[in-house]
Amino acid sequence: MPQTDAAAVALARDGDSEAFRALVERHSRAVFRLAHRMTGNATDAEDVVQETFLKAYRQLSRFESRANFGTWLHRIAINCSIDLIRSRPHREAAHDSTDLEQFGAAEAADAGRPSPERLMLSSEVQERITSAMSALSQMERAAFVLRHFEGQSIDEISRALGLKTNAAKHSIFRAVRKMRLALEPFMTQPNAEGLSAPGTRAEG
Amino acid sequence: MTIHHLTEDDLVLHYYGEMTGAEEAAAAAHLGTCSACRREYTQLQRVLGVIDERSVSDIDLPPSFERTVWARLEPDLRKERRGWISWLLTSPAPLGLAAAVIVLVAGSFYAGRVLSPPSPPVAAPSTAATEQIRERILLVDLGDHLDRSQMVLVELVSGEDSGDIDISAERARAEQLVADNRLYRQTAEQTGDVAVSDLLDEIERVLTEVAASPEKVSSADLAEVRRRIESGDLLFKVRVVSSEVRERRKETLQRKTGQRS
Repeated sequence: MPQTDAAAVALARDGDSEAFRALVERHSRAVFRLAHRMTGNATDAEDVVQETFLKAYRQLSRFESRANFGTWLHRIAINCSIDLIRSRPHREAAHDSTDLEQFGAAEAADAGRPSPERLMLSSEVQERITSAMSALSQMERAAFVLRHFEGQSIDEISRALGLKTNAAKHSIFRAVRKMRLALEPFMTQPNAEGLSAPGTRAEG
Repeated sequence: MTIHHLTEDDLVLHYYGEMTGAEEAAAAAHLGTCSACRREYTQLQRVLGVIDERSVSDIDLPPSFERTVWARLEPDLRKERRGWISWLLTSPAPLGLAAAVIVLVAGSFYAGRVLSPPSPPVAAPSTAATEQIRERILLVDLGDHLDRSQMVLVELVSGEDSGDIDISAERARAEQLVADNRLYRQTAEQTGDVAVSDLLDEIERVLTEVAASPEKVSSADLAEVRRRIESGDLLFKVRVVSSEVRERRKETLQRKTGQRS
């Protein structure tokens, strides 16, 4: 197995399928996790993994050997995720009708259940985050992931998702509002203080 | 004096550094003096601060994940490799294309010289007819695919079940079927055919698992594959959908015959 990605890419370009297999084995988990963050479900994420590596294989000759293969693949995976999300507008309509107030009431009622002790467990918080994320519409989720994790600007997100700037902005606002409604009840409890890890991106 | 507090949306824009220079300065100045907005902003920071990458895609992937990805990918890569070369070497298409060009050039030359009166244009097939033909081809292909998948599943369920079991034949066929299955599933998803896409998704999981297996598996491993096939009543579902596809194929054929007469 080639030691580095650069060596594997060079061999794969010459038709060595085992070298490409090494690249798949090294990067498929990261690609899956990214795709799962973007799409919100495992089946779609698997399809994105497949498309990402197929595209990478077809475009290997265009890959600049000085660049980082993982970063290059990451960009392809984001584009494949966006293509998949954009190809399914019908799912969006159903999600977008989610009433924020209803959402908040359900989440708040749910939040009343676990004891403060249980909240100390980070897995519990992770579960809450996962469930809140899965309640976002696909477009809200994609816009939020691109802004929050990928650091893309709202302008970039609107271009990528084929939305007007205002629509992209509002997708992010709605996503943040839903995440707050889902998570804030935990954050206000004294025992949950330790769970917060403020990540200031634009210090006020 | 009226105080203009920052809205929730303003705070989000501020958090992500999406405000313009002037807005940013005004927001920072306001946060410096307004304790209510500062409290609100701290709360927002705390919520967004705990949402990290791991918490969003916290999904347990099996150790065989990479092997499974490769099993799904490899048949497509093989097709890619074969693609152009085999098309040029083995397909009659390049020869046909060359012949078409020759005929076209010769035809234009001849037409230019003889100047025969133009013949009426040949009617192109209507869009509806083209759609029907497409649907019929798709149904025929999908029906065949389901039949072939069903045979592999039946062999897996009914084969021997002690010691190390050689599944090389089933594995080879599963490898071939995985890529096709994926295309049919995506087509079904795009056309909103939920029943077919769900079934193909289930089939794909079993086929991928088999394609990613070694040629000889232990009876315990095979029992696990069988359990997956049997617990989801997969064979029964394949039969039902297969017969529905056959019915639909018959209907489109009848529609076509009806249009002709």
